[in-house]
Amino acid sequence: MDFSFNIYDLTSFTKWIDTSLYEYCAPFWAMMWEMIIIGVSILLFYAVIGLFLVYAERKVCAFMQNRVGPNRVGPYGFFQTIADLLKLLMKELIPIKKADKFLFNLAPFIVIIASFMAIAAIPFSKGLHAIDFNIGVFYVMAVSAMSVIGVLLAGWSSNNKYSLIGAMRSGAQIVSYELSVGLSLITMCVLAGSMQFSTIVEGQKDCWFIFSGHIPAFIAFVIFLIAATAETNRGPFDLAEAESELTAGYHTEYSGIKFAFFFLAEYMNMFIVASIAATVFWGGWMPFHVYGWTGFNNVMDFIPPFIWYIGKTFVIIWIMMWFKWTFPRLRIDQLLTLEWKYLLPINLINILLMALIVLLGWYF
Amino acid sequence: MKSIIKYISEIFKGVLTLLKGMRVTGKYFFSPRAIVTQQYPENRRKKGKKKLEMFERFKGELIMPHNENNQHKCTGCGICEMNCPNGTIEVLSVMNVGEDGKKKRALDKHIYRLSMCSFCALCVKTCPSQALAFSQEFEHAVFDRTKLIKILNKQGSTLMKGVE
Repeated sequence: MDFSFNIYDLTSFTKWIDTSLYEYCAPFWAMMWEMIIIGVSILLFYAVIGLFLVYAERKVCAFMQNRVGPNRVGPYGFFQTIADLLKLLMKELIPIKKADKFLFNLAPFIVIIASFMAIAAIPFSKGLHAIDFNIGVFYVMAVSAMSVIGVLLAGWSSNNKYSLIGAMRSGAQIVSYELSVGLSLITMCVLAGSMQFSTIVEGQKDCWFIFSGHIPAFIAFVIFLIAATAETNRGPFDLAEAESELTAGYHTEYSGIKFAFFFLAEYMNMFIVASIAATVFWGGWMPFHVYGWTGFNNVMDFIPPFIWYIGKTFVIIWIMMWFKWTFPRLRIDQLLTLEWKYLLPINLINILLMALIVLLGWYF
Repeated sequence: MKSIIKYISEIFKGVLTLLKGMRVTGKYFFSPRAIVTQQYPENRRKKGKKKLEMFERFKGELIMPHNENNQHKCTGCGICEMNCPNGTIEVLSVMNVGEDGKKKRALDKHIYRLSMCSFCALCVKTCPSQALAFSQEFEHAVFDRTKLIKILNKQGSTLMKGVE
């Protein structure tokens, strides 16, 4: 196959890599090479996005609090996070005397692997999709919820009461809010008729699901945003690391690069839930189309799909940052009340509503 | 039935109050003029102004204002020295014999140790002749600690007339 690179449709490019690898190598090694290429490129993407998100968070937070934010390292402080990373890399890793050494060292890797696995199933652009499961939504939910094991292990193995309390809170939080995330995604799966990400994106060709599913889709979107914020231990739901009460929660005892892993994983989890929200509700890499407006649709098609995907994801990340820097932290009982008394019943009714609308064909 | 209405109205009320809060922060985010922090070394050299001006009530360092004839108001009574909680001030006075043959106390040296000052302004408040004041100067960094010991009255200065 000839080399061809089309920014609007990367299918032929990835196909070209695939066929040429199989041409020159034995099938086993070709597969290995493919895995390595995907792993390295996702790792690079992961690092770059993580660094950028930390910078973005600090800038957004600063603007919302009438401050300037980082502004010394590089233009507009753009290289601040790189300097922070170098500092974290050079810091001492403090061993804890009475900690469970094995689990203590394992915990940051579990957290980071969980978010790393989830990113594999996300469609970045047309044809730029590491693995397209037919149960993609289910897979991402299952894998991203795994990070709580790392958090619990970190809290338990640190042998520190702050860490343990933080980890327990995080456990309670994820157990409750996983329900809301799942149910709101199921609402959208009812509308899409599929759990495969490629089908979901393709189904939003004429109209994004948040518009075509109107009322129930919007309610599901809001619930997903709230529950996703809670699931990533962010914003008003950051009880697991409540600075004012628990020092730093489950990662109190971690230092240096192990702390950086937790920090990076937190931001990547935010990126992952934002990209799921963008894919399921706002059409992923699909440009904004209005049915029947051919000229308008052609103009929208001119913007590459990857830009659409990144743009939507960052808008959702920005909304989540907006939450974090506006609302005060919830108490643990308020947190559970919000989930079990409000979000869950609303969500259940919402699924019924969505099923009714799909059955009656009242969607666009 | 009442409780259901209450439940639903509470949801809407809650969302409304949350949106109110988000409106405030959202407005700040999109208005860069609302930024109140100043960037220090840059704002020293603004167009027209040579140095960063502090507010009038800002307590930078203790000074003794002199008028154009090199006269100050300090009588050398030592009340500021007594009131200083840190022992920052040391007033050295001399006894002069006046024209009418009476002995009169006069200021020799008003020593002020900036490194020990906590800027409480008790000296300024208790001075009976308002001889002391605070300047707005705030960049005190020096390379030698002895430079922080200052003599407030200028060379050859005398007491202002009419101050007892």
